Amino acid sequence: MPQLFPEQASSFAPHVDALYGFMIAVTAFFSLLIGTLVVVFAIKFRRRPDHEVATEIHESGVLEIAWTIIPFGIVLVMFFWGASVWFRITRPPADAIEVYVTGKQWMWKIQHADGHREMNELHVPVGRPVRLTMASEDVIHSFFVPAFRLKRDVVPGRFATAWFEATKPGKYHLFCAEFCGTRHSGMIGWVYAMTPPEYQAWLTGGVAGESLAAAGAKRFVEHACNTCHGDQPGARGPSLTGIFGKPVRIQGGQVAMVDEAYIRESIVNPQAKLVEGYPPIMPTFQGLISEEGLLQLTAYIKSLSPATAPGAAPIPAAAAAERKPAKP
Amino acid sequence: MSSYAPDETPRVAERPNYLNAGYGPKSWLLTIDHKRIAILYLSGVTFFFAIGGLYAAAIRLELVTPAGEVFQAETYNKLFTTHGVMMVFFFMIPGIPGVLGNFLIPLMIGAKDVAFPRLNLLSWYLYIVGGLIALWATVHGGVDTGWTFYTPYSTVYSNGWVVVTAVGVFIAGFSSILTGLNFLVTIHTMRAPGMGWSRMPLFCWSMYATAIIQILGTPIIAITLLLVAAERLFHLGVFDPAQGGDPVLFQHLFWFYSHPAVYIMVLPALGVISELVTAFARKPIYGYKFIAASSVAIATLSFLVWGHHMFVSGQSVYAGLVFSILSFMVGVPSAIKVFNWTATLYKGSVSYQTPLLYALGFIGLFTFGGLTGLFLAALGLDIHVHDTYFIVAHFHYIMVGGTIMAYLGGLHYWWPKISGKLYPEYWSRVSAWVIFIGFNLTFFPQFIVGYLGMPRRYHAYPDEFQVLNVLSTAGASILGIGYVIPLVYFAWSMRYGKDAADNPWGATGLEWETPSPPPTENFPVTPTVTGRPYDYLTGREEAAVG
Repeated sequence: MPQLFPEQASSFAPHVDALYGFMIAVTAFFSLLIGTLVVVFAIKFRRRPDHEVATEIHESGVLEIAWTIIPFGIVLVMFFWGASVWFRITRPPADAIEVYVTGKQWMWKIQHADGHREMNELHVPVGRPVRLTMASEDVIHSFFVPAFRLKRDVVPGRFATAWFEATKPGKYHLFCAEFCGTRHSGMIGWVYAMTPPEYQAWLTGGVAGESLAAAGAKRFVEHACNTCHGDQPGARGPSLTGIFGKPVRIQGGQVAMVDEAYIRESIVNPQAKLVEGYPPIMPTFQGLISEEGLLQLTAYIKSLSPATAPGAAPIPAAAAAERKPAKP
Repeated sequence: MSSYAPDETPRVAERPNYLNAGYGPKSWLLTIDHKRIAILYLSGVTFFFAIGGLYAAAIRLELVTPAGEVFQAETYNKLFTTHGVMMVFFFMIPGIPGVLGNFLIPLMIGAKDVAFPRLNLLSWYLYIVGGLIALWATVHGGVDTGWTFYTPYSTVYSNGWVVVTAVGVFIAGFSSILTGLNFLVTIHTMRAPGMGWSRMPLFCWSMYATAIIQILGTPIIAITLLLVAAERLFHLGVFDPAQGGDPVLFQHLFWFYSHPAVYIMVLPALGVISELVTAFARKPIYGYKFIAASSVAIATLSFLVWGHHMFVSGQSVYAGLVFSILSFMVGVPSAIKVFNWTATLYKGSVSYQTPLLYALGFIGLFTFGGLTGLFLAALGLDIHVHDTYFIVAHFHYIMVGGTIMAYLGGLHYWWPKISGKLYPEYWSRVSAWVIFIGFNLTFFPQFIVGYLGMPRRYHAYPDEFQVLNVLSTAGASILGIGYVIPLVYFAWSMRYGKDAADNPWGATGLEWETPSPPPTENFPVTPTVTGRPYDYLTGREEAAVG
């Protein structure tokens, strides 16, 4: 007997499965209802010598309205239920661990805030929300962990964010769900959900290297970002300290929220949303910085705003540097 | 309209009809008779269906084992792409409109032909030329993008013959537009005296709704594929993010056509079923107006739901909400149809001939397939099942369990009219059962393996999914046999079948009032319609009185 349901290993898996159960019940009910009626009518009213002529049944407006209104009501329930689960999945909590994911043909590269790097493997603790910031180096990929009921397309040219909270220690499939070329079905890996002590042990073992924010700080100098965004008075570019998660006035009188997507856009396409009061002199870095580099720069710029008030940003994220676990 | 009892008069052997009106390739390839063009479409769609089916067989063969041992990964990717391109663009979309629509619309409305007979022939040539170009590109060159051509894979990274395939689909698109236009004008202007809109057969209503989608939707896919080709050839930068393009824009454009296109494939099937149910219950259809209106409602809503293909692509949360509720709304007119068909059987005089078996199979599979579509409109649930085998199972329930069952049911119902011959009833019942069983065994396990998390388009997969995949392949073998049986006896009946009567089912409808097979001009005298459609009971009373 093959398995019928995947393991429930994330905080929202039971909610998705409950909705699934309801939909199965509705599907079974109506399929059986229609199936039974069709078969019963076909047998009961079969053509016989004394039953060559059908009996005319005149249309009943009440019946027509009933079988319009009832399906309408049922799909409305499904809609609201589906939407409530959707809000649960799309709104990450404030205190999440930050993990950075880069997809490329055909592998998943993972960077942890403290500098741990993994390939096609992701280690996370159970009981703590994990927030993923994802980028693609080539085509569209999709980060899919069935046991978590989590899926998010990683579209090149922008960051994708997603979150989950593992609830059960174990080893779970990680798939690429969007067709991405020859070895698409080889773009798979494992997510290891670990108890907090095991996770601590995993963090302390292995080579952490420099933290993501520190790597970003190096790139910040390497690309000479600091010459204009260096906080000195009269600098040619706006200061980046303390901006993350806050709104900023841009030219044209609009307001933009400084989040990961905004930072990325301001690096690769600086003229798109210019901060008010600054001339359009920044060159584009499109194609000059790798996706991993962009993630590191983003982590660095986020680290310049350590006191981000929770709730200020649409997707609140505390600075990555703060998440660095204590080293012995 | 005289009697509705089966007409047992044997056909006079060589009555002039559209089949013996001319012999030789020229009489077929240059014909402008809608009935001969329908036969041309029949050969075309059967050919492309066979190709698509062979590719499906190869896919199922590969998936028997988890390790991907039969074909190389690259070959496998080309297999499912060719399967999808052939089945969607060259079988499903032209299938029922090209064959049954062409043959029946003029007959059903009492016309001598469609409004633009030469354009009709051009449609067929465009379809065949487009199909052969796409076939050459996918088989000889190979394309590995999937039938969805997602960017930037298709425009920058794929090594396949994407441009040539796109050109093939582009050309066939014109065939679809012209056919839709032809049917629309025919239905508007050529109905027989007395045939008001509310007296038109429901098949014509559904073809009318289909034609609207063909005319409005197809130009979008045409321009989108041109943009893909231009980006591949000239690096235009519309979809490629490295040049400031937006890959998700492609998805919006693609699905703005391709979701309505689902209804180009399904609406004609719904029309066929309305005809079959009423003919074999020998009773007026229940809820005529509601069934007709629901076809138009489905066609209208179909343009407003494309965004449900992008719930996980980063579309805004609120766009997701809007597309979710609109997608749910499509369920309502679909449910109306199912309930009305069921009610038509109530107190009918039901005879279980082969077309009805197909129709009942259709109702069951379409109901189940439609309900599983609601799972995909539910935002929180779609996140998990999107791009898994759950989707594959769902749309095959609609396309194969729905449209192909209806297409075959329709072919069996109108075959005596089309060919003038009867097929063997025993074998046709066997085929209906074999297809129903094989179909369910193929696709039901895919719902389960999809919810377990098996992504679609996987050449190799984890071991724990093997049992369900083996079941699916076993079902596909049965399904394949089920499709070969009708092919054999239809061909057999052309030569050896008994002559069919003009109205072998005792059905209403103008198409049954003309000889089998019909003469080239369809009706010696233009008929006049005096009553409502599917009027099985009044005719009976009159016959009894007279």
